[in-house]
Amino acid sequence: MLNVTRAELRKLRRPTLLYSTILVVMLLTGLFTTIIFLRIGTAHGPNRRGDMIDASILSQPQGLVYGFKIVAFFLGITALCVFASQTAQEYTLGTLRNLLVRQPARMKILAGKYLSMTIFAIVLVLADALVAIGVSYALAGHAKVSTSAWITSAALVLFGKTFVNVLLATMAYGTLGMILGLLFRSPISAIATGVIWSLILENILSAVVSSTSKWLPGQNFSNIAQGGAPEVSYHWSLILSLIYLIGAFAIVAILFKRRDVAN
Amino acid sequence: MTTAISVQDLTKVYGERSALSHASFDVPLGAVCGFVGPNGSGKTTTIRMLLGLITPTGGTGTVLGESISHPEKYLPNVGAMIEGPAFYPALSGAENLRVLASLGGFPQERVEILLEKVGLEDRGQSKFKTYSLGMKQRLGIAAALLPQPRLLVLDEPTNGLDPSGIQEVRNLIKELAADGTSIFVSSHLLSELEMIAEHLVMLREGKVLFAGRTQDLLQAQSAILLAKPEFAVDLNKFASVLQNSGFKVTVENGVVNIVADADSAAKVNRMAFESGITLSSLVATQPTLEETFFEMTGE
Repeated sequence: MLNVTRAELRKLRRPTLLYSTILVVMLLTGLFTTIIFLRIGTAHGPNRRGDMIDASILSQPQGLVYGFKIVAFFLGITALCVFASQTAQEYTLGTLRNLLVRQPARMKILAGKYLSMTIFAIVLVLADALVAIGVSYALAGHAKVSTSAWITSAALVLFGKTFVNVLLATMAYGTLGMILGLLFRSPISAIATGVIWSLILENILSAVVSSTSKWLPGQNFSNIAQGGAPEVSYHWSLILSLIYLIGAFAIVAILFKRRDVAN
Repeated sequence: MTTAISVQDLTKVYGERSALSHASFDVPLGAVCGFVGPNGSGKTTTIRMLLGLITPTGGTGTVLGESISHPEKYLPNVGAMIEGPAFYPALSGAENLRVLASLGGFPQERVEILLEKVGLEDRGQSKFKTYSLGMKQRLGIAAALLPQPRLLVLDEPTNGLDPSGIQEVRNLIKELAADGTSIFVSSHLLSELEMIAEHLVMLREGKVLFAGRTQDLLQAQSAILLAKPEFAVDLNKFASVLQNSGFKVTVENGVVNIVADADSAAKVNRMAFESGITLSSLVATQPTLEETFFEMTGE
């Protein structure tokens, strides 16, 4: 399995993929964190539920991770696209047959791919965290936000928890991408389905029938990144997401193991 | 173990369509075996089953002495290029090989050696998407050689290569065979196969038409005498004379093709002389593999 991971990392570290993805993540994080600090105290605030964020909130330990976790959804969508394309392109390029001749144990291929993409996701989340913290410190003075609470042990614990939660959410979206990639065997179809579902359909569904939001996978993935919400608990989102992903992954893994590779 | 590949009643059915039907053949260890058949005859399906990419509907088989239901036992010793080279377009040729070397646990040093072996040492760092068809084919062959295989399975390895490239592949195959590598190669270039393959498996519509020594196949075909009268006006007259004497003849391109072996040449020459016809040439030939293929497959 580690051989598969090593091989996959060679593909993932190509500059056009790795650097451009990291750059996009850094730009988005920088942009969102900047907006949070520049719009402190404005009527509607940067929070998606319209709550007002003021300097006193950002001066607390969670101020350190505010920008970091707000980009989690975009990180997730990025992971979904990368995981889906890296999986489905093996079919469209015809390279899957090369992989299977060199590693006939198909579950090892899947596990190795997943491990390599997990490493890729960790790099993305790290880039997100570094930029968010850097920009937060850079703008704290301008926004009159005290940073003394950001270097307390409580802030570090919160940072650790948020890092894990954002990573879990990113991996959940990525896993969804991999599932769609294995199912559709076409990067375009997999990415289009994943993005349209997560960005559009889930939002319409939860807006029209609010009770559905606690059952929708994307909403639960995002809730994990935020560490839970009053309406839906963190543990509910974590367990439901695991059930969805393990169930769906098991189905596509069986398909992957049994399907003839005829292209 | 005396066979590199051995299959019995190998069958693959897709819905109503039978891609391969009860195929049985052996490829001796250390031999170069040609795998021929018209398009859609089941060659690639067979190769994919041997490599564990598709599951047979029926039948059994072994590769390097291991059952084809456990490809993980023999694939580390098998190199393969199936249905053209497939690589990652955004990676260089060398990087594509490194991906496969990492995957198979092969030394990375093999990459440079193999790029040189297939004549891509100058373009190894160029992206795969910039390669010509011939270069892609060479990279595919390099990838197949990564594991230092005991069995090499090549599907149309000379596709897209220029004449010198074809000659290089032929020499490479000969070189590998001399080192004891068993080679199973499908190709539409039958003249090439005739030069390198001592064994042959011929398919048509999913069925094995012939499996055995190439020489045996060619010798089983009737020899041909090519007789060319000095004057074209004598062509049909001479053909009639021969037909009346019981020979099977055809006239093509100013030459009378007579189904007869070299021992009949004197008799044919005498008949021409007695009919007042002068022959400008009389040559005994054996049908080529290509001619035999067309006759057997009805293509």
